[in-house]
Amino acid sequence: MERFDIIVIGGGPAGLAAAIAAKKRGTERVLILERDRELGGILNQCIHSGFGLHTFGKELTGPEYAAAFIEQIVPLGIQVRLNTMVLDISQELVVTCTSRANGLEQLRADAVVLAMGCRERSRGALNIPGFRCAGIYSAGAAQRLVNMEGLMPGREAVILGSGDIGLIMARRMTMEGAKVKAVAEVLPYSGGLKRNIVQCLDDFDIPLKLSHTVVDIHGRERLEGVTIAEVDAARKPIPGTEEYISCDTLLLSVGLLPENELTRAAGIEIDRVTGGPVVSDDFSTSLPGVFACGNVLHVHDLVDFVSREAERAGESAAEYVLGKQKGQREIALRGTGGVRYTVPQRICVDSMPDSLTVRFRVAEPMRDRSIAVYCGKQRLLQKKKRVLAPGEMEFVIIKRDSIPADAKEIVVCIEED
Amino acid sequence: MERDLTCIGCPLGCALHVWWEGDVVTVTGNTCPRGAAYGRTECTAPVRRFTGTVALRGGVLPVVSVKTREDVPKDAVFAVAEAVKTLSVEAPVSIGDVICEDIAGTGVALVAAKNVARAV
Repeated sequence: MERFDIIVIGGGPAGLAAAIAAKKRGTERVLILERDRELGGILNQCIHSGFGLHTFGKELTGPEYAAAFIEQIVPLGIQVRLNTMVLDISQELVVTCTSRANGLEQLRADAVVLAMGCRERSRGALNIPGFRCAGIYSAGAAQRLVNMEGLMPGREAVILGSGDIGLIMARRMTMEGAKVKAVAEVLPYSGGLKRNIVQCLDDFDIPLKLSHTVVDIHGRERLEGVTIAEVDAARKPIPGTEEYISCDTLLLSVGLLPENELTRAAGIEIDRVTGGPVVSDDFSTSLPGVFACGNVLHVHDLVDFVSREAERAGESAAEYVLGKQKGQREIALRGTGGVRYTVPQRICVDSMPDSLTVRFRVAEPMRDRSIAVYCGKQRLLQKKKRVLAPGEMEFVIIKRDSIPADAKEIVVCIEED
Repeated sequence: MERDLTCIGCPLGCALHVWWEGDVVTVTGNTCPRGAAYGRTECTAPVRRFTGTVALRGGVLPVVSVKTREDVPKDAVFAVAEAVKTLSVEAPVSIGDVICEDIAGTGVALVAAKNVARAV
Protein backbone atom coordinates (compact mmCIF):
# COMPACT_ATOMS: atom_id res chain seq x y z
CA MET A 1 0.00 0.00 0.00
CA GLU A 2 1.30 3.45 -0.94
CA ARG A 3 2.25 5.41 2.17
CA PHE A 4 2.12 9.16 2.84
CA ASP A 5 3.05 11.27 5.84
CA ILE A 6 -0.06 13.40 5.41
CA ILE A 7 -3.09 13.06 3.18
CA VAL A 8 -5.16 16.23 2.82
CA ILE A 9 -8.73 15.59 1.70
CA GLY A 10 -9.89 18.51 -0.43
CA GLY A 11 -7.87 21.00 -2.52
CA GLY A 12 -9.81 24.18 -1.74
CA PRO A 13 -8.46 27.07 0.31
CA ALA A 14 -8.27 25.03 3.54
CA GLY A 15 -6.60 21.99 1.95
CA LEU A 16 -4.07 24.14 0.08
CA ALA A 17 -3.03 26.14 3.15
CA ALA A 18 -2.87 23.00 5.34
CA ALA A 19 -0.74 21.07 2.83
CA ILE A 20 1.66 23.99 2.35
CA ALA A 21 2.06 24.51 6.10
CA ALA A 22 2.56 20.77 6.70
CA LYS A 23 5.25 20.56 4.02
CA LYS A 24 7.03 23.68 5.29
CA ARG A 25 6.98 22.25 8.83
CA GLY A 26 9.15 19.39 7.65
CA THR A 27 7.01 16.44 6.52
CA GLU A 28 8.17 14.65 3.39
CA ARG A 29 5.28 13.00 1.59
CA VAL A 30 2.22 15.24 1.51
CA LEU A 31 -0.67 14.41 -0.84
CA ILE A 32 -3.80 16.42 -1.70
CA LEU A 33 -6.81 14.47 -2.96
CA GLU A 34 -9.27 16.68 -4.89
CA ARG A 35 -12.50 15.55 -6.54
CA ASP A 36 -12.71 18.44 -9.04
CA ARG A 37 -10.57 18.79 -12.17
CA GLU A 38 -8.53 21.64 -10.67
CA LEU A 39 -7.35 22.93 -7.30
CA GLY A 40 -8.89 26.01 -5.67
CA GLY A 41 -12.31 24.71 -4.64
CA ILE A 42 -15.09 27.24 -4.32
CA LEU A 43 -12.67 30.14 -4.96
CA ASN A 44 -12.73 29.27 -8.67
CA GLN A 45 -16.34 30.41 -8.97
CA CYS A 46 -16.00 33.40 -6.60
CA ILE A 47 -14.78 35.77 -9.29
CA HIS A 48 -15.67 38.92 -7.32
CA SER A 49 -13.05 40.98 -5.56
CA GLY A 50 -12.47 41.27 -1.81
CA PHE A 51 -10.36 38.22 -0.93
CA GLY A 52 -6.98 38.49 0.74
CA LEU A 53 -7.32 41.84 2.51
CA HIS A 54 -6.00 40.25 5.72
CA THR A 55 -3.52 37.80 4.16
CA PHE A 56 -1.99 39.84 1.34
CA GLY A 57 -3.05 43.40 2.21
CA LYS A 58 -4.81 43.81 -1.13
CA GLU A 59 -8.11 42.87 -2.68
CA LEU A 60 -7.92 39.82 -4.94
CA THR A 61 -10.57 37.85 -6.81
CA GLY A 62 -11.21 34.24 -5.72
CA PRO A 63 -9.17 32.63 -8.53
CA GLU A 64 -6.29 35.05 -7.86
CA TYR A 65 -6.33 34.23 -4.14
CA ALA A 66 -6.33 30.50 -4.96
CA ALA A 67 -3.48 30.94 -7.46
CA ALA A 68 -1.28 32.51 -4.77
CA PHE A 69 -1.45 29.15 -2.93
CA ILE A 70 -1.57 26.82 -5.96
CA GLU A 71 1.71 28.32 -7.26
CA GLN A 72 3.50 27.01 -4.16
CA ILE A 73 2.33 23.40 -4.52
CA VAL A 74 4.71 22.15 -7.23
CA PRO A 75 7.87 23.98 -5.98
CA LEU A 76 7.26 22.57 -2.49
CA GLY A 77 6.96 19.04 -3.87
CA ILE A 78 3.41 18.49 -2.64
CA GLN A 79 1.68 15.73 -4.60
CA VAL A 80 -1.82 16.25 -6.00
CA ARG A 81 -4.36 13.82 -7.41
CA LEU A 82 -7.27 15.52 -9.18
CA ASN A 83 -10.60 13.96 -10.20
CA THR A 84 -10.24 11.74 -7.15
CA MET A 85 -13.07 11.07 -4.73
CA VAL A 86 -12.39 9.84 -1.20
CA LEU A 87 -14.86 7.18 -0.09
CA ASP A 88 -13.62 6.18 3.35
CA ILE A 89 -11.12 6.86 6.12
CA SER A 90 -10.47 3.87 8.38
CA GLN A 91 -9.54 3.91 12.08
CA GLU A 92 -5.99 2.95 10.98
CA LEU A 93 -5.92 5.96 8.58
CA VAL A 94 -6.22 3.96 5.39
CA VAL A 95 -7.84 6.30 2.86
CA THR A 96 -9.96 4.63 0.18
CA CYS A 97 -10.43 6.71 -2.95
CA THR A 98 -11.54 6.30 -6.53
CA SER A 99 -10.63 7.97 -9.79
CA ARG A 100 -10.98 7.33 -13.52
CA ALA A 101 -7.19 7.21 -13.87
CA ASN A 102 -6.36 4.78 -11.04
CA GLY A 103 -9.65 3.09 -10.22
CA LEU A 104 -10.20 2.13 -6.60
CA GLU A 105 -7.13 2.68 -4.42
CA GLN A 106 -6.13 2.46 -0.78
CA LEU A 107 -3.50 4.80 0.59
CA ARG A 108 -1.94 4.73 4.05
CA ALA A 109 -1.41 8.00 5.94
CA ASP A 110 0.32 8.84 9.22
CA ALA A 111 -2.02 11.83 9.52
CA VAL A 112 -5.11 13.01 7.66
CA VAL A 113 -6.34 16.60 7.31
CA LEU A 114 -10.06 16.94 6.65
CA ALA A 115 -10.67 19.91 4.31
CA MET A 116 -13.78 18.86 2.39
CA GLY A 117 -15.59 22.19 2.74
CA CYS A 118 -19.35 22.54 2.83
CA ARG A 119 -22.37 22.34 0.56
CA GLU A 120 -25.54 24.35 0.18
CA ARG A 121 -28.82 23.70 1.92
CA SER A 122 -31.28 22.69 -0.81
CA ARG A 123 -34.96 23.26 -1.55
CA GLY A 124 -35.79 19.86 -0.10
CA ALA A 125 -34.60 21.01 3.32
CA LEU A 126 -36.97 24.01 3.30
CA ASN A 127 -40.31 22.36 2.55
CA ILE A 128 -41.44 25.10 0.16
CA PRO A 129 -44.76 24.01 -1.36
CA GLY A 130 -45.50 24.31 -5.07
CA PHE A 131 -44.41 22.79 -8.36
CA ARG A 132 -41.04 21.15 -8.91
CA CYS A 133 -40.34 23.07 -12.10
CA ALA A 134 -37.07 24.07 -13.79
CA GLY A 135 -35.51 27.40 -12.84
CA ILE A 136 -34.82 26.75 -9.15
CA TYR A 137 -31.13 26.71 -8.25
CA SER A 138 -29.00 26.99 -5.18
CA ALA A 139 -27.11 30.29 -5.37
CA GLY A 140 -23.76 28.51 -5.59
CA ALA A 141 -24.90 26.30 -8.48
CA ALA A 142 -26.02 29.43 -10.36
CA GLN A 143 -22.68 31.06 -9.51
CA ARG A 144 -20.80 28.17 -11.08
CA LEU A 145 -23.02 28.26 -14.20
CA VAL A 146 -22.53 32.00 -14.73
CA ASN A 147 -18.89 32.38 -13.73
CA MET A 148 -17.33 29.13 -14.96
CA GLU A 149 -19.64 27.66 -17.58
CA GLY A 150 -20.68 30.97 -19.15
CA LEU A 151 -24.40 30.17 -18.86
CA MET A 152 -27.20 32.38 -17.51
CA PRO A 153 -29.84 30.54 -15.47
CA GLY A 154 -32.60 33.04 -16.35
CA ARG A 155 -33.67 36.65 -16.92
CA GLU A 156 -35.88 37.55 -13.97
CA ALA A 157 -34.84 36.29 -10.56
CA VAL A 158 -36.02 36.22 -6.97
CA ILE A 159 -33.50 35.23 -4.32
CA LEU A 160 -34.55 33.47 -1.13
CA GLY A 161 -32.13 33.94 1.75
CA SER A 162 -29.65 36.74 2.29
CA GLY A 163 -26.52 34.61 2.58
CA ASP A 164 -23.42 36.09 1.01
CA ILE A 165 -23.53 33.90 -2.11
CA GLY A 166 -27.11 35.03 -2.80
CA LEU A 167 -26.15 38.69 -2.39
CA ILE A 168 -23.10 38.31 -4.64
CA MET A 169 -25.27 36.57 -7.24
CA ALA A 170 -27.87 39.37 -7.12
CA ARG A 171 -25.14 41.74 -8.31
CA ARG A 172 -23.64 39.29 -10.79
CA MET A 173 -27.00 38.48 -12.44
CA THR A 174 -27.77 42.22 -12.64
CA MET A 175 -24.41 42.89 -14.32
CA GLU A 176 -25.17 40.17 -16.86
CA GLY A 177 -28.45 41.86 -17.76
CA ALA A 178 -30.94 39.95 -15.58
CA LYS A 179 -33.53 41.69 -13.39
CA VAL A 180 -33.31 40.68 -9.74
CA LYS A 181 -36.71 41.58 -8.33
CA ALA A 182 -36.23 40.92 -4.62
CA VAL A 183 -34.23 39.16 -1.95
CA ALA A 184 -36.49 37.59 0.70
CA GLU A 185 -35.03 36.76 4.12
CA VAL A 186 -37.10 34.86 6.68
CA LEU A 187 -35.19 36.35 9.63
CA PRO A 188 -35.59 40.00 10.73
CA TYR A 189 -31.89 40.58 9.89
CA SER A 190 -29.58 39.64 7.05
CA GLY A 191 -27.41 36.53 7.17
CA GLY A 192 -24.77 38.08 4.92
CA LEU A 193 -21.95 40.55 5.45
CA LYS A 194 -23.10 44.16 5.76
CA ARG A 195 -20.83 45.34 2.98
CA ASN A 196 -22.43 42.84 0.61
CA ILE A 197 -25.87 44.33 1.31
CA VAL A 198 -24.47 47.75 0.42
CA GLN A 199 -22.48 46.89 -2.68
CA CYS A 200 -24.68 44.10 -4.09
CA LEU A 201 -28.25 45.22 -3.29
CA ASP A 202 -28.30 48.95 -2.43
CA ASP A 203 -26.11 49.82 -5.44
CA PHE A 204 -28.74 48.35 -7.76
CA ASP A 205 -31.89 49.25 -5.78
CA ILE A 206 -32.71 45.58 -5.22
CA PRO A 207 -35.21 45.37 -2.32
CA LEU A 208 -34.23 43.26 0.70
CA LYS A 209 -37.45 41.99 2.24
CA LEU A 210 -36.65 41.01 5.82
CA SER A 211 -39.09 38.69 7.67
CA HIS A 212 -40.35 37.42 4.31
CA THR A 213 -40.27 33.97 2.75
CA VAL A 214 -41.43 32.13 -0.36
CA VAL A 215 -44.76 30.40 0.34
CA ASP A 216 -45.60 29.11 -3.15
CA ILE A 217 -43.85 28.24 -6.39
CA HIS A 218 -45.77 28.58 -9.68
CA GLY A 219 -45.12 27.01 -13.09
CA ARG A 220 -45.38 23.43 -14.37
CA GLU A 221 -42.38 23.01 -16.69
CA ARG A 222 -40.51 26.26 -16.05
CA LEU A 223 -40.80 28.59 -13.09
CA GLU A 224 -43.33 31.38 -13.79
CA GLY A 225 -43.38 33.13 -10.43
CA VAL A 226 -43.27 32.85 -6.68
CA THR A 227 -45.56 34.03 -3.90
CA ILE A 228 -43.77 35.62 -0.99
CA ALA A 229 -45.32 36.56 2.35
CA GLU A 230 -44.31 38.29 5.54
CA VAL A 231 -43.66 36.03 8.53
CA ASP A 232 -44.32 36.56 12.23
CA ALA A 233 -41.84 36.15 15.08
CA ALA A 234 -42.33 32.36 14.94
CA ARG A 235 -41.46 32.49 11.20
CA LYS A 236 -45.05 31.57 10.25
CA PRO A 237 -46.48 33.33 7.14
CA ILE A 238 -48.99 36.08 8.02
CA PRO A 239 -52.25 35.61 6.05
CA GLY A 240 -53.08 38.58 3.83
CA THR A 241 -49.45 39.62 3.25
CA GLU A 242 -48.96 37.38 0.18
CA GLU A 243 -47.45 39.02 -2.90
CA TYR A 244 -46.98 37.38 -6.32
CA ILE A 245 -43.71 38.10 -8.13
CA SER A 246 -43.27 36.83 -11.68
CA CYS A 247 -39.81 35.36 -12.34
CA ASP A 248 -38.16 32.54 -14.27
CA THR A 249 -35.43 31.90 -11.70
CA LEU A 250 -35.40 31.33 -7.95
CA LEU A 251 -32.03 31.22 -6.24
CA LEU A 252 -31.73 29.71 -2.79
CA SER A 253 -29.08 31.15 -0.49
CA VAL A 254 -30.27 29.57 2.71
CA GLY A 255 -27.22 28.30 4.49
CA LEU A 256 -24.18 26.10 4.15
CA LEU A 257 -23.67 22.69 5.72
CA PRO A 258 -20.21 21.25 6.48
CA GLU A 259 -19.75 18.12 4.38
CA ASN A 260 -18.88 15.51 7.01
CA GLU A 261 -20.02 12.15 5.63
CA LEU A 262 -16.44 10.84 5.76
CA THR A 263 -15.96 12.24 9.26
CA ARG A 264 -19.14 10.60 10.58
CA ALA A 265 -18.36 7.28 8.92
CA ALA A 266 -14.96 7.33 10.66
CA GLY A 267 -16.80 7.65 13.98
CA ILE A 268 -15.32 11.09 14.71
CA GLU A 269 -17.21 13.18 17.28
CA ILE A 270 -19.34 15.93 15.65
CA ASP A 271 -20.43 19.25 17.22
CA ARG A 272 -24.21 19.47 16.83
CA VAL A 273 -24.14 23.27 16.43
CA THR A 274 -21.34 23.65 13.85
CA GLY A 275 -22.08 20.38 12.05
CA GLY A 276 -18.31 19.87 11.98
CA PRO A 277 -15.95 17.75 14.07
CA VAL A 278 -15.16 18.65 17.68
CA VAL A 279 -11.52 19.79 17.74
CA SER A 280 -8.83 20.65 20.24
CA ASP A 281 -6.66 23.81 20.04
CA ASP A 282 -4.35 22.02 17.55
CA PHE A 283 -7.36 21.17 15.32
CA SER A 284 -7.07 17.47 16.16
CA THR A 285 -10.36 15.54 16.09
CA SER A 286 -11.44 12.68 18.36
CA LEU A 287 -9.66 10.16 16.07
CA PRO A 288 -5.89 10.38 16.72
CA GLY A 289 -3.98 11.61 13.67
CA VAL A 290 -7.02 13.23 12.04
CA PHE A 291 -7.18 17.04 11.89
CA ALA A 292 -9.84 19.37 10.44
CA CYS A 293 -9.95 22.93 9.08
CA GLY A 294 -11.96 25.29 6.90
CA ASN A 295 -15.65 25.02 6.13
CA VAL A 296 -15.79 21.32 6.98
CA LEU A 297 -15.02 22.37 10.56
CA HIS A 298 -17.36 25.38 10.72
CA VAL A 299 -18.69 27.66 7.99
CA HIS A 300 -16.59 30.82 7.58
CA ASP A 301 -17.43 34.18 5.97
CA LEU A 302 -13.85 35.06 5.09
CA VAL A 303 -11.32 32.91 3.28
CA ASP A 304 -8.47 34.73 5.00
CA PHE A 305 -9.53 33.18 8.30
CA VAL A 306 -9.83 29.76 6.63
CA SER A 307 -6.24 30.03 5.42
CA ARG A 308 -4.93 30.92 8.88
CA GLU A 309 -6.88 28.18 10.62
CA ALA A 310 -5.81 25.62 7.98
CA GLU A 311 -2.17 26.63 8.37
CA ARG A 312 -2.39 25.79 12.08
CA ALA A 313 -4.10 22.46 11.31
CA GLY A 314 -1.42 21.59 8.74
CA GLU A 315 1.38 22.45 11.18
CA SER A 316 -0.27 20.38 13.91
CA ALA A 317 -0.63 17.40 11.56
CA ALA A 318 3.07 17.71 10.67
CA GLU A 319 4.09 17.92 14.33
CA TYR A 320 1.99 14.82 15.06
CA VAL A 321 3.76 12.93 12.26
CA LEU A 322 7.15 14.16 13.53
CA GLY A 323 6.33 12.72 16.95
CA LYS A 324 5.28 15.72 19.04
CA GLN A 325 3.18 14.60 21.98
CA LYS A 326 -0.01 16.44 22.82
CA GLY A 327 -0.47 17.51 26.44
CA GLN A 328 -2.47 15.23 28.69
CA ARG A 329 -4.63 17.78 30.48
CA GLU A 330 -7.51 18.67 28.15
CA ILE A 331 -10.28 21.01 29.29
CA ALA A 332 -13.54 22.00 27.64
CA LEU A 333 -14.12 25.35 25.94
CA ARG A 334 -17.69 26.32 25.20
CA GLY A 335 -19.98 29.20 24.34
CA THR A 336 -22.90 30.38 26.45
CA GLY A 337 -25.02 33.54 26.91
CA GLY A 338 -25.41 34.52 23.26
CA VAL A 339 -22.41 32.55 21.94
CA ARG A 340 -23.69 29.65 19.82
CA TYR A 341 -20.45 27.70 19.59
CA THR A 342 -16.69 27.98 19.81
CA VAL A 343 -13.91 26.49 17.68
CA PRO A 344 -11.90 24.87 19.15
CA GLN A 345 -14.18 23.11 21.64
CA ARG A 346 -11.25 21.82 23.71
CA ILE A 347 -7.93 23.15 24.96
CA CYS A 348 -4.86 21.16 25.93
CA VAL A 349 -3.45 23.59 28.48
CA ASP A 350 0.04 21.98 28.52
CA SER A 351 0.58 22.09 24.76
CA MET A 352 -1.63 25.00 23.61
CA PRO A 353 -0.03 28.01 21.85
CA ASP A 354 0.85 31.06 23.98
CA SER A 355 -2.01 32.95 22.28
CA LEU A 356 -4.99 30.90 21.12
CA THR A 357 -7.49 32.37 18.63
CA VAL A 358 -10.98 31.15 19.47
CA ARG A 359 -13.59 31.72 16.75
CA PHE A 360 -17.33 31.79 17.41
CA ARG A 361 -20.70 33.09 16.24
CA VAL A 362 -23.38 34.90 18.21
CA ALA A 363 -27.03 33.82 18.19
CA GLU A 364 -28.60 37.19 17.30
CA PRO A 365 -27.62 40.76 16.36
CA MET A 366 -26.46 42.83 19.36
CA ARG A 367 -25.06 46.33 20.00
CA ASP A 368 -22.64 47.72 22.58
CA ARG A 369 -21.74 44.49 24.34
CA SER A 370 -18.59 42.83 25.58
CA ILE A 371 -17.13 39.46 24.74
CA ALA A 372 -16.02 37.88 28.02
CA VAL A 373 -14.04 34.75 28.80
CA TYR A 374 -14.51 33.03 32.17
CA CYS A 375 -12.92 30.21 34.10
CA GLY A 376 -15.46 29.44 36.80
CA LYS A 377 -16.25 32.83 38.37
CA GLN A 378 -12.93 34.34 37.32
CA ARG A 379 -13.04 36.59 34.25
CA LEU A 380 -9.94 36.01 32.14
CA LEU A 381 -10.60 38.79 29.66
CA GLN A 382 -13.14 41.19 28.26
CA LYS A 383 -13.32 42.85 24.83
CA LYS A 384 -15.80 45.60 23.93
CA LYS A 385 -17.76 45.25 20.68
CA ARG A 386 -19.96 47.93 19.11
CA VAL A 387 -21.77 45.50 16.81
CA LEU A 388 -22.18 41.72 16.86
CA ALA A 389 -24.10 39.80 14.18
CA PRO A 390 -24.68 36.09 13.47
CA GLY A 391 -23.54 36.62 9.88
CA GLU A 392 -20.10 37.78 10.97
CA MET A 393 -17.74 35.37 12.71
CA GLU A 394 -16.11 36.78 15.83
CA PHE A 395 -12.93 35.84 17.61
CA VAL A 396 -11.21 36.28 20.94
CA ILE A 397 -7.58 35.56 21.83
CA ILE A 398 -6.96 33.59 25.02
CA LYS A 399 -3.47 33.78 26.54
CA ARG A 400 -2.09 30.54 27.88
CA ASP A 401 -0.68 32.13 31.04
CA SER A 402 -4.09 33.61 31.92
CA ILE A 403 -5.60 30.13 32.41
CA PRO A 404 -5.55 29.04 36.09
CA ALA A 405 -3.69 25.81 36.90
CA ASP A 406 -6.84 24.14 38.24
CA ALA A 407 -9.10 25.20 35.32
CA LYS A 408 -11.75 22.63 34.42
CA GLU A 409 -13.65 24.57 31.77
CA ILE A 410 -13.38 27.87 29.91
CA VAL A 411 -16.53 29.70 28.84
CA VAL A 412 -16.97 32.44 26.21
CA CYS A 413 -20.06 34.64 26.59
CA ILE A 414 -21.55 38.01 25.66
CA GLU A 415 -22.23 40.55 28.42
CA GLU A 416 -24.13 43.83 28.59
CA ASP A 417 -21.87 46.86 28.95
CA MET B 1 -24.43 68.08 2.47
CA GLU B 2 -24.30 64.99 4.67
CA ARG B 3 -24.86 61.29 4.25
CA ASP B 4 -24.78 58.06 6.28
CA LEU B 5 -22.85 55.21 4.67
CA THR B 6 -21.76 51.68 5.43
CA CYS B 7 -18.09 51.26 4.59
CA ILE B 8 -17.44 48.47 2.07
CA GLY B 9 -13.66 48.52 2.58
CA CYS B 10 -13.63 45.38 4.71
CA PRO B 11 -16.06 43.08 6.52
CA LEU B 12 -16.25 45.33 9.61
CA GLY B 13 -18.76 47.49 7.70
CA CYS B 14 -18.28 50.65 9.79
CA ALA B 15 -21.21 53.08 9.95
CA LEU B 16 -19.77 56.26 8.44
CA HIS B 17 -21.16 59.78 8.61
CA VAL B 18 -19.90 62.11 5.89
CA TRP B 19 -20.27 65.91 5.67
CA TRP B 20 -19.10 67.67 2.55
CA GLU B 21 -19.09 71.19 1.14
CA GLY B 22 -17.36 71.40 -2.23
CA ASP B 23 -13.92 69.85 -1.77
CA VAL B 24 -14.02 69.91 2.03
CA VAL B 25 -15.05 66.48 3.31
CA THR B 26 -15.24 65.25 6.92
CA VAL B 27 -15.72 61.56 7.71
CA THR B 28 -16.54 60.14 11.16
CA GLY B 29 -17.31 56.61 12.35
CA ASN B 30 -14.44 54.96 10.48
CA THR B 31 -11.95 52.72 12.29
CA CYS B 32 -9.18 52.94 9.69
CA PRO B 33 -7.88 55.25 6.94
CA ARG B 34 -9.56 53.08 4.31
CA GLY B 35 -12.94 54.07 5.75
CA ALA B 36 -12.12 57.78 5.51
CA ALA B 37 -10.97 57.34 1.92
CA TYR B 38 -14.11 55.39 1.04
CA GLY B 39 -16.38 58.01 2.63
CA ARG B 40 -14.62 60.77 0.70
CA THR B 41 -14.72 59.14 -2.75
CA GLU B 42 -18.21 57.69 -2.25
CA CYS B 43 -19.66 61.17 -1.71
CA THR B 44 -17.61 63.00 -4.32
CA ALA B 45 -16.72 60.52 -7.09
CA PRO B 46 -17.87 56.96 -6.26
CA VAL B 47 -15.89 54.09 -7.78
CA ARG B 48 -16.22 50.30 -7.97
CA ARG B 49 -14.00 47.41 -8.98
CA PHE B 50 -15.59 45.57 -11.91
CA THR B 51 -15.26 41.78 -12.11
CA GLY B 52 -16.83 39.51 -14.71
CA THR B 53 -16.04 36.94 -17.39
CA VAL B 54 -14.90 37.04 -21.01
CA ALA B 55 -15.55 34.33 -23.62
CA LEU B 56 -12.54 32.03 -24.04
CA ARG B 57 -11.70 30.15 -27.24
CA GLY B 58 -9.87 26.82 -27.04
CA GLY B 59 -9.66 26.73 -23.24
CA VAL B 60 -10.53 24.04 -20.70
CA LEU B 61 -13.38 26.39 -19.67
CA PRO B 62 -15.65 28.43 -21.98
CA VAL B 63 -15.02 31.67 -20.03
CA VAL B 64 -12.19 33.28 -18.08
CA SER B 65 -12.70 35.60 -15.13
CA VAL B 66 -11.54 39.20 -15.58
CA LYS B 67 -11.32 42.41 -13.57
CA THR B 68 -10.58 46.07 -14.13
CA ARG B 69 -6.99 46.70 -13.04
CA GLU B 70 -8.15 49.70 -11.02
CA ASP B 71 -11.51 50.95 -9.79
CA VAL B 72 -13.80 52.52 -12.40
CA PRO B 73 -16.40 55.27 -11.86
CA LYS B 74 -19.56 53.75 -10.38
CA ASP B 75 -21.76 55.12 -13.15
CA ALA B 76 -19.52 53.49 -15.79
CA VAL B 77 -19.97 49.98 -14.39
CA PHE B 78 -22.84 48.99 -16.70
CA ALA B 79 -21.00 50.38 -19.75
CA VAL B 80 -18.00 48.26 -18.73
CA ALA B 81 -20.24 45.19 -18.33
CA GLU B 82 -21.67 45.73 -21.84
CA ALA B 83 -18.21 46.22 -23.38
CA VAL B 84 -16.89 43.09 -21.66
CA LYS B 85 -19.69 41.01 -23.26
CA THR B 86 -18.37 41.79 -26.76
CA LEU B 87 -14.82 40.55 -26.02
CA SER B 88 -13.29 37.12 -26.48
CA VAL B 89 -9.76 35.79 -26.03
CA GLU B 90 -7.73 32.76 -27.08
CA ALA B 91 -6.51 30.25 -24.45
CA PRO B 92 -4.18 29.93 -22.63
CA VAL B 93 -4.51 32.99 -20.40
CA SER B 94 -2.59 33.92 -17.28
CA ILE B 95 -3.45 36.16 -14.35
CA GLY B 96 -2.60 39.76 -15.26
CA ASP B 97 -2.80 39.32 -19.06
CA VAL B 98 -4.22 42.53 -20.53
CA ILE B 99 -7.44 41.72 -22.38
CA CYS B 100 -8.40 45.31 -23.23
CA GLU B 101 -6.14 48.36 -22.72
CA ASP B 102 -9.01 50.79 -22.14
CA ILE B 103 -12.38 49.29 -21.27
CA ALA B 104 -15.43 51.37 -22.28
CA GLY B 105 -13.46 54.61 -22.42
CA THR B 106 -12.64 54.56 -18.69
CA GLY B 107 -8.89 54.57 -19.33
CA VAL B 108 -8.61 51.47 -17.14
CA ALA B 109 -7.28 48.14 -18.44
CA LEU B 110 -9.27 44.90 -18.24
CA VAL B 111 -7.02 42.03 -17.09
CA ALA B 112 -7.40 38.27 -16.70
CA ALA B 113 -7.94 37.10 -13.11
CA LYS B 114 -7.50 33.34 -13.58
CA ASN B 115 -5.00 31.00 -15.18
CA VAL B 116 -6.79 28.85 -17.76
CA ALA B 117 -4.93 26.24 -19.80
CA ARG B 118 -5.56 25.35 -23.42
CA ALA B 119 -7.77 22.32 -23.93
CA VAL B 120 -5.81 19.37 -25.30
